[in-house]
Amino acid sequence: MTIPTSSIEQVIPGQGSMAQPEAGKPARTKRQRFLFLSNRKAATGLVILGIYILLAIIGPWIAPFDPGARGDDLMQGPSGEHWMGTTHLGQDVYSQLLVGTRSVIFVGFLAGIVATILSVIIGVTAGYVGGKTDEGLSALSNVFLVIPALPLIIIVTSIMENAGEWVVALVIGFTSWSWNARVLRAQTLSLRRRDYVEAARATGERSWRIIIFELLPNLTAVIASGFVGTVIFAVLSEITLAFIGITSSNTWNWGTILFWAQGQQALARSAWWWFVPAGLAIAILGTALSLINFAIDEFVSPRLRSAGKTKIKTNSGRTVRMRIGFTPVLSNSPRPHTHARPIPVVDHHGATPVVRKEPA
Amino acid sequence: MKFFLQRVAFYLFTAWAAITLNFFIPRLIPGDPVQALITKYQGQLSTQAIESLYVLFGIDKDGNVWSEYIDYWKQLFAGDLGLSFAFFPTPVSEVLSDSILWTLMLVGVTTVLSFGIGTALGVLAGWRRGSWTDGLLPVTTFFSSVPYFWLGIIAIYLLTGPDSFFPSGGGAEVGLVPAWDMYFIPSAIQHSLLPALTILISSVSGWILSMRNMMVTVSSEDYITVAHAKGLPERRVALSYAARNALLPNVSGFALSLGFIVGGTFLVEIVFSYPGIGFQLFQALGANDYPLMQGIFLIITISVLVANLLADIVYLFLDPRTRKEG
Repeated sequence: MTIPTSSIEQVIPGQGSMAQPEAGKPARTKRQRFLFLSNRKAATGLVILGIYILLAIIGPWIAPFDPGARGDDLMQGPSGEHWMGTTHLGQDVYSQLLVGTRSVIFVGFLAGIVATILSVIIGVTAGYVGGKTDEGLSALSNVFLVIPALPLIIIVTSIMENAGEWVVALVIGFTSWSWNARVLRAQTLSLRRRDYVEAARATGERSWRIIIFELLPNLTAVIASGFVGTVIFAVLSEITLAFIGITSSNTWNWGTILFWAQGQQALARSAWWWFVPAGLAIAILGTALSLINFAIDEFVSPRLRSAGKTKIKTNSGRTVRMRIGFTPVLSNSPRPHTHARPIPVVDHHGATPVVRKEPA
Repeated sequence: MKFFLQRVAFYLFTAWAAITLNFFIPRLIPGDPVQALITKYQGQLSTQAIESLYVLFGIDKDGNVWSEYIDYWKQLFAGDLGLSFAFFPTPVSEVLSDSILWTLMLVGVTTVLSFGIGTALGVLAGWRRGSWTDGLLPVTTFFSSVPYFWLGIIAIYLLTGPDSFFPSGGGAEVGLVPAWDMYFIPSAIQHSLLPALTILISSVSGWILSMRNMMVTVSSEDYITVAHAKGLPERRVALSYAARNALLPNVSGFALSLGFIVGGTFLVEIVFSYPGIGFQLFQALGANDYPLMQGIFLIITISVLVANLLADIVYLFLDPRTRKEG
């Protein structure tokens, strides 16, 4: 539903920055292993995702009520007994949310895995083999890229009566691999002619070995970010499908909650507790996954990190903005802050006098 | 020119693939969908409708798939997309032509606006890294992670009411006849403000992010350093040197992700009961109106392809390198 959050493809036109994410001397690997986690965004995202996965596993056991069971309190606001209020049938919203987590995480990850496997097979093959195969596979992935995925998913699942979680996950997985395949192909193309791959080929390694042991490890970051992006898309799609009411209503997920809330005009009856928790749960999960993706991007291309404090006060009390890629230039001040001799002041705006000719 | 022809050929190919897909989807359904529908409607379907259903699903004759496929194409070229069940006996093409303009106005305008605003903010965020603009990213990421429809529902709850300026749904005031006059147009604009805002808020972050990342990458290129060294004003370096080059991948990204965006924006129409294609799709789903669904899918795909072609033409103007070989 959103556009892919990762911009790895756009980040690497120079192709150099991707070289070897896992490189390092053997002695230091122990320290480098958790380097990724030292990024604040990555750590936050992974912790939140971990909580969601935990809830997906234990959710149905710790839910205080049966999500479908009717109760006597109809449309009650949050209280000590019902933490997130109740529905028009007296069902406990908090329990529905907890039980629904499993379905959301399951569909998200299954679709992500299917799409990732497809994209690796198609993207890497296209990039590595080249020629006619490449043209055919690229055309295929471009076609899938341009065809609007969500309407297609909606129509396919609505035709299959009462599509369950497996069907939904597979349909999403089979329709959303194209973006990753494209990115992987571009990256494989740039890796293919690297010296170490040529060396492997020269020593007579087989193609499959080169692909699995030489190329794939260096594509890890791209694959991971593609996986995370697909999970976001799959979660949003599943919830959308449930919200418009075309998937099986036997299982609970957050979209089902919203479907019933919308159907019962929850907001018109100001039952905000029926809507808000599920929406926030989606938003927080999505944000966590996006954070992981930002962190992967930054890991691959450190330039993208949000710069910390960039305004620095000099000794003479001026403020200078430090920027990566630029050399900060201080205007010449009469008081030298280095041991160099002060250069006679020429002009405040530019040190070298250049005579400009006005265009005629 | 060669670039342009290649793209056109590709889009024609994609259109063919989409139409073929559209032809095969109903044929992959296990069982007899028509029989299921007939029982569902319990005799409310006329014989004519049943017949058109059998043609549509391709189970009427024992003729081979190939001849059906040819027939399907003939029908398409005649502009015949079958009859809608939900609005029986209105032809699908008529239902679609009523709603497409609404969607084009809402989704088309907001998507372009969102791209423009996002790109401008992205230029700012990439160029002034480390200033307050870094705070834009987490906030917009959060908003883009919210499903469009949820944001729409909350907007309706918070901003509409009996005496609010914003209407809670519909395309224009009830009773107004669609026309280019001073009564209808202001009302239509008023009704589209809230859906447009919803789409804008949740879709702008992607553009900010990708433009920012491109700006950051571009601004350490040598030609930027040279531009600085020449003593050009900061503004000029930012806009004519860095932004201009950073824009290229963003435009091609825009074209590629249109398919994703358009799908999401339809949900907003559903929530706001906006009389566009998305709302039509929703009604078609409720009524198991397969001909309408297929027609909608076809029209969406073709619109996205046309939009892609337009983006390619823009790209052609922005990047002189693609023009050279012609």
